[in-house]
Amino acid sequence: MTERAIIETIDITKVYGMGDISVAALAGVSIQIHEGEFAAIMGPSGSGKSTLMHILGCLSRPTAGQYILDGEDISEMDKKQLASIRNRKLGFIFQAYNLLARTPAVRNVTLPLLYNRELEFSQAEMDEKAEAVLELVGLGDRMHHQPQELSGGQQQRVAIARALVNDPVMIIADEPTGNLDTHSGEEIMSLLHKLHKNGATIVMVTHDPEIAAHTQRTIHLLDGKVEQVVKNGKQKVQA
Amino acid sequence: MKPREVIRIAWEAITKNAVRSFLTMLGIIIGVAAVIIMIAISAGTEATIQDEITSLGSNLVFVKSSFTRGGPGKEGLSGGLVFDDASAIAESVIGVKAIVIEQGSSETVKVGNVSLASVSILGSTPDLPSVRDIDIEEGRYFSQSDIDRKQKVVVLGYSLAQELFGEADPIGQTVTVGTLKMTVIGVMAEKGLVGEIDYDARLYMPITVVFQKFTPSQFARIVGDRVGLIYVELEEDVDIDDVILQITLLLAKRHNVSLEEADFTVTTQQDIISTQASTTAAFRSLLAWVAGVSLIVGGIGIMNIMLVSVTERTREIGTRQAVGATPDDIRMQFLTEALLLSIIGGLLGMVVGIGGSYIFGAVSGMRTVIVPSSILLAFGSAATVGAFFGYYPANKAAQLDPIEALRYE
Repeated sequence: MTERAIIETIDITKVYGMGDISVAALAGVSIQIHEGEFAAIMGPSGSGKSTLMHILGCLSRPTAGQYILDGEDISEMDKKQLASIRNRKLGFIFQAYNLLARTPAVRNVTLPLLYNRELEFSQAEMDEKAEAVLELVGLGDRMHHQPQELSGGQQQRVAIARALVNDPVMIIADEPTGNLDTHSGEEIMSLLHKLHKNGATIVMVTHDPEIAAHTQRTIHLLDGKVEQVVKNGKQKVQA
Repeated sequence: MKPREVIRIAWEAITKNAVRSFLTMLGIIIGVAAVIIMIAISAGTEATIQDEITSLGSNLVFVKSSFTRGGPGKEGLSGGLVFDDASAIAESVIGVKAIVIEQGSSETVKVGNVSLASVSILGSTPDLPSVRDIDIEEGRYFSQSDIDRKQKVVVLGYSLAQELFGEADPIGQTVTVGTLKMTVIGVMAEKGLVGEIDYDARLYMPITVVFQKFTPSQFARIVGDRVGLIYVELEEDVDIDDVILQITLLLAKRHNVSLEEADFTVTTQQDIISTQASTTAAFRSLLAWVAGVSLIVGGIGIMNIMLVSVTERTREIGTRQAVGATPDDIRMQFLTEALLLSIIGGLLGMVVGIGGSYIFGAVSGMRTVIVPSSILLAFGSAATVGAFFGYYPANKAAQLDPIEALRYE
């Protein structure tokens, strides 16, 4: 495992509100995530973990401080540049899957490729890539099913395939098992482990210590600051 | 994103909600159809009016009284056309084929125990049937000698004859017009409505009888019987301007007036047609504006539904943003959707409008003429309306914050 940092934040803050009444959701957070690392961000509600995830996911910008993602300083980028960064470098997995309704799995997975301005993929290229990642997540036989025809676990697999299709430098998972029963949740976690073994960098936001324990390292947030960073034991989930 | 993809996504969004999309388009469909049908009706009306004017007979010059010297209330003392002017035109002007003068009145007409009140009486001269292009169904029209001798003879309009006599033969029968007993010598053929006038419900008689018995004037003895309008039918291939000049000079001399203060005007059928044309053009554009308003209402409908759609699809927008859609991508997607809705609505509206014009024409009996430019106009406005009213919701979608959009329940 290399020690190259995929993510480096330097004292980032995020202040909401205006004028006299302002709330600091993040009050100076400096963390690093290394290439190939599987890390969890934990904290009670109000700790700032969602805010941090949004900044790490390039969905919003820090009020102050620097955020360097894969060697690019994104702190000063505009909306359009951020969209491009999300498109090329990040893969999102949401708690509620966020698949397009009444749209076949393969079309859901090609979605990020549609928005790629640099490499204008042909339909055949997009389908090929989508089919490859759907095979990888074990949905090779469900490619043309629509989300409402799939179980929750299967829908989350489609979402994972969508997060992988653009070959991102980092996957950001926001409570990926939050809407799933225990069994499906374990399946999703083992899938994430499999991706990690294959070299993926994954940052997962969760409030569940058991889920967080699956990762290599847990960053605990409290009141907008890093409370502690815990190296997790040698727990391995058997797939 | 490639334009083809953008259109495909918009198309999918529209077809996924087919019923709602159709209802959204309904405003545009009705608007476009209304523009096309309205313009078809007014163009049809215009064509009908022109035909009617033409059916009055060709090569007509109208000489009208205009009381410039007397003014209202002094008509008796002022100038204007008199009966003898018509004879003078017939005698002196070269190129005149026929002359018709008319004097109207309204009287009760009785036959046996059938009594009709307020029947339109038209006193005229022998050339009326040829100049006005009306045939005689039965019997004859009155002659110059009937005029000269003020014979108490009448010719009945087609429907009037039926009302008074039913199946019986009216020729030679006596009718009582006002208090005057008169003999029926003919029945006109069916002519129908020309402009507002029902030619078939009128009663025709020598103009001299009307002057003497129905519209007597104490001034007639001094200045002659006043007439409002003289129809002059010209020979084929004569110079209309030359005839107009002859009439003008003749009448100016007879009335002893200068051309600047003439108490009459001479106009041609062409003048009337062009006046009519400008009137109907104004009518047409009024209708088009009314229909245009319904297009705008349709556009507001699209805006409404697009706003609802943006709200409903907030999470989808958030997801698209998360995977890399820029504000421009989102804006273009919703704008394309609105445009596509209005273009499809416009196409359907064209079909409905063209079909509706034919059906309306067939059902109402009114003539409709589909104007090709109206189709382009309606379709173009529909697309413009779509773009205009689609922009606001599209922009609203583009400016959604991805975090808020992803969280939206």
